[in-house]
Amino acid sequence: MSSEAKKVLTKPIVDNNPIALQVLGICSALAVTSSMTNALVMTLAVTLVTAFSNLFISIIRNQIPSSVRIIVQMAIIASLVIVVDQVLKAFSYQLSKELSVYIGLIITNCIVMGRAEAFAMKEKPGVSFWDGIGNGLGYGAILIAVAFFRELLGFGTLFGIEILPLIQNGGWYQANGLLVLPFSSFFLIGLIIWAIRQWKPAQVEKD
Amino acid sequence: MSSNKETFGKTVGFVIAVCLVCAALVSISAVQLKPLQVENKLLDQQTKILEAAGLLSETDGTKASVQATFKKFVEAKMIDLNSGEFIEGDPELFDERRNSRDASKSDKPKNDIAGINRRSHDAVVYLVRNESGKVNTVVLPIIGSGLWDLMYGYVGLESDLNTIRSVVYSDHKETPGLGAEVMNPNWKALWPGKKIYDNNGVAKVNLVKGGAKANDIHGVDALSGATLTSNGVTRTLQFWFGEEGYGPFVTKYRAGGVN
Repeated sequence: MSSEAKKVLTKPIVDNNPIALQVLGICSALAVTSSMTNALVMTLAVTLVTAFSNLFISIIRNQIPSSVRIIVQMAIIASLVIVVDQVLKAFSYQLSKELSVYIGLIITNCIVMGRAEAFAMKEKPGVSFWDGIGNGLGYGAILIAVAFFRELLGFGTLFGIEILPLIQNGGWYQANGLLVLPFSSFFLIGLIIWAIRQWKPAQVEKD
Repeated sequence: MSSNKETFGKTVGFVIAVCLVCAALVSISAVQLKPLQVENKLLDQQTKILEAAGLLSETDGTKASVQATFKKFVEAKMIDLNSGEFIEGDPELFDERRNSRDASKSDKPKNDIAGINRRSHDAVVYLVRNESGKVNTVVLPIIGSGLWDLMYGYVGLESDLNTIRSVVYSDHKETPGLGAEVMNPNWKALWPGKKIYDNNGVAKVNLVKGGAKANDIHGVDALSGATLTSNGVTRTLQFWFGEEGYGPFVTKYRAGGVN
């Protein structure tokens, strides 16, 4: 792997995180982070879609007429999302039932479109593919961090395995009802952004 | 980018080519994966029916054992809801969601407390036999509005068609941690032994806010923090075991039992 590929792969994880720095893809980050399993599958789905849409768009970037480029990108992204949805329904029915509409909504995830327009339209296929993987992982890192706190404190479980026994199941832990609801991710994502900017002050925007 | 040498013809040609490639990709994956998807859906349904019949513990959870157990003990039969009679028809071809959109196969209920809007004329009931071939459980599908959307589930009844064995939801969109607690095993464990009908044959089964009393034979604790889901469950059960639901079927078969 060339050094450039390594750079585009690792940079989006902290330095140029699509959620924490660019604040893209928030909608699905709110919706699917109530459990670790959902967050992990969503990460996988978004990573694959971003990587392959970047790859295909980059391959045909010199042929795409600029007047219809957004529609061409959308057609490719939408096709990939449908394929991912079909595969999930065929091989992991329970998960596809839980994630339901959010897989379909990857089409509207700004990260996929953003990378296609900002990166794949200019760069070579190989490096575009790694950029897609990197951004998917950056998205996933935040998703999994949020899901960790939401599932642990909201349900007392991780990956469905009981960590903190709940009172209603005869344990001692009173589940935090706020973290069960999607909007609690706003607080968690806010805290994560604050923590990252404390660590890397270069990310703080100038007034 | 080739913005300066773009022509109308080239643009249209390019878009058509992209569309054809994408359409081929989507169609191939959809057609190739269809059999697996259908199988998954059926397996999920069979698992839920076995759970409602209390037979899931007899399987080891694998696909083969669920299918074998289902085949051995469960018989699906079509009924006409208005008369309560068994009718001819292939239960495997029955699709409640499709029927309830078809005006010739469904009606608006007069008293639509479950909020289902249209009710199919027919329904599938699942007769579950014991080792000696006698029907000891009847599993009836139920549908009703929760807080956010329709909730689909199954009620397992003992052969008197009055005593509940289980209430199992299979598909719902309720709030995680609140309404979605209908899936909680501890809540499901409250159901066995509850009676649907009082002595006058009126469906009295309900969820009780604040907790059911110990001697309440019709009541089960409501879900805390989920009043609207709990109301939805109560109304769903009362609708489906009332006159416009399985009422006629139950009246017909509760005395002699189902065979």
